[in-house]
Amino acid sequence: MKKTVSVDVKHLSRVEGHGNINIKIKNGKLLEAKWQVIETPRFFEAILVGKKWDNAPWLTSRICGICSIGHMLASIRAVENAFGITPDEQTTKLRLLLKHMETLQSHILHLCFLALPDFMHAGSIFPLIRSHGDIVLLAARMKQLANDACDCIGGRRLHPTRTVVGGFTALPDKKDLASLSERLAASLADLMTLADIFRGLNIPDFERETEFVSLKGAGDYPFIGGDLRSSDNVEMKEHEYRKMTNEYMTEQSTSKWCRLSRNSFAVGALARLNNNFEFLHPTARELARSFDLVPLNHNPFMNNIAQLVECVHVVSDSIALIDHLLSSEFTAPRQEVISKSGIGVAAVEVPRGILYHCYEFDDNGRIVKADCVIPTGQNHANIQLDLEALAKDYAARGSDDRELELLASMLVRAYDPCISCSVH
Amino acid sequence: MKTNGADDKTYLGIPLYRPRVAFFEFTSCEGCQLQILNNEGTLLDFLSLVEVVAFREAMTEKSDDYEIAFIEGSITRDDEVERLKKIRKKAKVLVALGSCACFGGVNQLKNRFHDLIAVNKMVYGEHPVNSGLVRPLCDIVKVDMQIFGCPVKKEEVEKIVINLALGKSIVLPKYPVCMECKANENICLFEQGEPCLGPITRAGCDSWCPNNKAGCWGCRGPADDANVEQMKKVMKDLGFSDETIMDRLECFGGFQTDEKNGQR
Ligand code: SF4
Ligand code: SF4
Ligand code: SF4
Repeated sequence: MKKTVSVDVKHLSRVEGHGNINIKIKNGKLLEAKWQVIETPRFFEAILVGKKWDNAPWLTSRICGICSIGHMLASIRAVENAFGITPDEQTTKLRLLLKHMETLQSHILHLCFLALPDFMHAGSIFPLIRSHGDIVLLAARMKQLANDACDCIGGRRLHPTRTVVGGFTALPDKKDLASLSERLAASLADLMTLADIFRGLNIPDFERETEFVSLKGAGDYPFIGGDLRSSDNVEMKEHEYRKMTNEYMTEQSTSKWCRLSRNSFAVGALARLNNNFEFLHPTARELARSFDLVPLNHNPFMNNIAQLVECVHVVSDSIALIDHLLSSEFTAPRQEVISKSGIGVAAVEVPRGILYHCYEFDDNGRIVKADCVIPTGQNHANIQLDLEALAKDYAARGSDDRELELLASMLVRAYDPCISCSVH
Repeated sequence: MKTNGADDKTYLGIPLYRPRVAFFEFTSCEGCQLQILNNEGTLLDFLSLVEVVAFREAMTEKSDDYEIAFIEGSITRDDEVERLKKIRKKAKVLVALGSCACFGGVNQLKNRFHDLIAVNKMVYGEHPVNSGLVRPLCDIVKVDMQIFGCPVKKEEVEKIVINLALGKSIVLPKYPVCMECKANENICLFEQGEPCLGPITRAGCDSWCPNNKAGCWGCRGPADDANVEQMKKVMKDLGFSDETIMDRLECFGGFQTDEKNGQR
């Protein structure tokens, strides 16, 4: 039986940034399977050097157009940790609420605009406007809700204006928070409709044993700060992140790669869910179970479903957060910041996985050294190994270029990679 | 110009021509493109005004037959120069979308280091990657229109596209952000001890940052007749350090600063 298959995807579409997929199968034997990252770097770590602390959140937000809020919150936390500032309860809750709304916005963008077209045999969401108008409207409604919420709390959906070291420049209107809460409650029905749609899809059946890395929940499903853990039982403190990421350079990528106990590991919604299942909101946990998504799940395509489950979690938790915020008087929006020399590390779960920012400051509050480790950067090696395994599987059974191209593209998309961010 | 068939829209009874538009990105955060998808309320209306033929971040289908090219990002590598020149040849109208494309954006802060090899080493150690000076699009090709902002304001992009579709000329505000800020009845941030570049920055964002009690960082570049030297003096008199002023002036690349003169 002679089977020769080749896939050559240049600038994979419907992902953020630039990556290529190359697969060559000859006579049923896999010759090559390669995930290539060719994005141009922007050198943020160098740009920051010499800059005063207040520049860091404003600048690093521009690392990513999708998760600018996550970068800003990680940056703020790193600065606050370096200066010994602990945010008060109000700030902590507002930041988490803002974080949740970014998670919702980003997951919906990925699930409906980037991933769903593959399952519906379309090249983008645009043709679906005619064929599946109700789904597109639902997606637009959910995304708008999340974006409006980010405007309301962060001042702006992209590159927020209100989030600063010490707290917020301005607080949301309580009336707006109350109406947000109503819209969130109503959106749970939309999410269940979306779940029904995904239940009807054919999620590829593929598994490869993987190590999963995320924050370690302590009573709550974790998002901002805390200890680190892997599903291979490695545990570290936040400031020890470098021992968790072990970055290295490779020929095939302008982004650095990472490893821990094995040759690669995965971060993201599936990793968070695998490591913190018991802390999910009960409704979200139930939804996960209905998809047979329970720890440890080793199917990377299930990252899509893990994102869906997280949407339900963040919406439910946001309603509780708003209840809490509305039940007490607002206090001052920000505390005073006094800079000092030292090192600050922050680990924050952004939509695509765990993100680290680390800055070292001199006596004048200027950055001497900066380091940012991006979720997609941590996933690249895992994507590569998954791609090899998937192609090997395929070599044994199939022979259709187009079919393999779609499957491989869907695999990479399932990670929801943010490539320009990983290169930064 | 040809029209695009049966589902043509009309505007005041006049059939509306749907231009074929393509989106491209170079070195950037892709946020400006996302702004296009980020206005869900009017996204569908917007899509009925234009025919999107290439938008890699959102769609797999693509075509090389377009009239308007929206280009996001700055140029940092030779292959980007080539790609940009090719797009220039095909597009009737080339639009620089966002401050990265117009001025180099935050990326150009790298240029303030005179030794770019050392910069490369700082990040990549012994494995340097290919990357040169950060340049705005207009350093390489003719740019027909600039849409400023980091990020761009979606409403402004939509207005510009509608005017392009109607063949109307487009006039960007010449006045500074301060005018919008005063119209919005904000309390001036200077009174609260916050630095702000509103007096010299080109309006059009509806004083986005000051509305949220955050000072302007000049992401849209200078307003016509902006007096930067005067601004520096005023801020200094108000007690802001040279460093604070410079941080803002050089942040997005829109203002000519001494540091940059030797570089371009
Ligand atoms: S101008 Fe700002 S928002 Fe737009 S691509 Fe550049 S960094 Fe991103
Ligand atoms: S806050 Fe800024 S933009 Fe507003 S009036 Fe004052 S200086 Fe002008
Ligand atoms: S206020 Fe200034 S920094 Fe903010 S969006 Fe407008 S021009 Fe840009």
